[in-house]
Amino acid sequence: MSKISDSVLQPGCELRRVYDGFWRYAIYLFGAISFIILLLIALFIFREGYPAFQKIGIWQFISGLRWDVSDQAYGILPMIIGSTYVTIGALLISVPLGIFTAVFLTDVAPQMMRSIIRPAIELLVGIPSVVYGLVGMLMLVPIIRQSGHGSGDSVLAASIVLAVMVLPTIVSITEDSIIAVPNAYREGALSLGATRWQMIWHVVLPAAKSGIIASIVLGMGRAIGETMAMIMVIGNSIIIPDSIFSPARTLTGTLALELKYAAGLHWNALFATGVVLFVFILILNSFGFLMLRGKNK
Amino acid sequence: MKISPRVTHSIAWGVCWAAGLLSLAFLLVIIGYVFVNGIGSISWEFLTTNPQGGLKGEGGILSPLVGTLYLVALTLLIAVPLGVGAAIYLSEYAVNNWFTKMVRFGVESLAGIPSIVFGLFGFALFVIALGFNFSILSGSLTLACLCLPVIIRTCEEAIKAVPGTYREASYGLGATKWQTIMHVILPAAIPGIITAIILTVGRIVEETACLYVTMGGSSNMPTSVWSNSRTLSLHLYYLAMETTAVDKALATGVILILIIVVINFVTRWLSNRYVAMTRGGNR
Repeated sequence: MSKISDSVLQPGCELRRVYDGFWRYAIYLFGAISFIILLLIALFIFREGYPAFQKIGIWQFISGLRWDVSDQAYGILPMIIGSTYVTIGALLISVPLGIFTAVFLTDVAPQMMRSIIRPAIELLVGIPSVVYGLVGMLMLVPIIRQSGHGSGDSVLAASIVLAVMVLPTIVSITEDSIIAVPNAYREGALSLGATRWQMIWHVVLPAAKSGIIASIVLGMGRAIGETMAMIMVIGNSIIIPDSIFSPARTLTGTLALELKYAAGLHWNALFATGVVLFVFILILNSFGFLMLRGKNK
Repeated sequence: MKISPRVTHSIAWGVCWAAGLLSLAFLLVIIGYVFVNGIGSISWEFLTTNPQGGLKGEGGILSPLVGTLYLVALTLLIAVPLGVGAAIYLSEYAVNNWFTKMVRFGVESLAGIPSIVFGLFGFALFVIALGFNFSILSGSLTLACLCLPVIIRTCEEAIKAVPGTYREASYGLGATKWQTIMHVILPAAIPGIITAIILTVGRIVEETACLYVTMGGSSNMPTSVWSNSRTLSLHLYYLAMETTAVDKALATGVILILIIVVINFVTRWLSNRYVAMTRGGNR
């Protein structure tokens, strides 16, 4: 009976149910789009990179010391070491600075300072990476050059530029995880007679540990992925850097610098480099998100 | 000798202050340096002439500015509908099953992939395989993939913030789920969706690496989405690396920073207004 009255009283009724059903499936498709893109990216770079792994050998490719296009020699170890050095250098600066800044924002700073520094850090996120590269190139590199250590384009310059770029990631995630520590922890520590610093150092920061580790891991992902700013200050020589004043080249820099002119095995080798980056970042970020989720439980 | 906890406390407080001020100093130094050295080169002529190319980097920033506008418009056109659709899925349709887990994994992983890897993908798929060549279209499609996670997350939060009572009232009036979404939930989530769009504009303006390998970098005035072109960020890179026009690069930096400051300001203003609106939402 209800069926009859529906169609009699509300002529549009059935049509809107059809719409509803159609859009349900359309929305499922929209939902899957990110995963589809992820699969496409994996598919394309693996497909183009595979011949390089096949011809050169995965291990020789990763541990090879020479990258020489004219000689068809493709080993990415110098770039892996270059990327590793600048990342470690950046984290050595930005992790302590970021954690103390986060503590400053949550526990130390007066309200006025907070309302200046928070927007300032948000602004740091938004500044284009080429602007960082430019300032590094014009300000930092000449200072290093004048100190008498080569051309100035160096692992040191790249690390400092990168440290500033990673800082907002570390500050904001660390700050969130410090705020998430229950107040009872703080009250407990203070009531036992701890100073506020003892409370932060022995109670709050350990409780926020997984969030802090996550911030470091995600910051690391950002550091490894940075491309243009690195090209601008690191010198791009394909050598294994022997000091912090030595030039170097990053994995991402190689891709940007050579992709447009590559053909044949060179092309495949660049995509194979992309595969290495892709897989590494995927593992790193999964670990980072795992830590963040652990915190929320 | 053991240092007393009070002394440690004072030292630590000093270190925290130093860290906070140093972080602030970074921003001030960067912005100060770019402005002091770049603002002198900005003139009406700089804004309204095309780059002339060459080693001296003569000319202004008109065509990169237009290229940026093209790119922003086209990227938003592609990415926003997809992103809002995915956000609707995650906030309204998702149940805890393998499909949702897959969707979440996709969004999270995509968010962390470096720009240049998107560039690699865009180069192989759009520039070469689909034959779009170096063009604004190739750049937009690549950027749309890169921007999706930001749009999805921001829109998902906006949609989830719509009170459950709105949905119940709509269902109570006999509306279907899709009618509820289109006529009740999305209109209520509009401020959040606009925030997502503005954030994405910021992302497009700051992005360089993936465009460097998909957009071509020509300094000619773009005439259609098939044009080989460059954005302001790319223009800055070319000026800094391939010309001697350091002053022009810095001036371009000033323009970029101004755009980002405006974007940050608008997002902040919008989200404050949004919070005020939902708090006072008893009308």
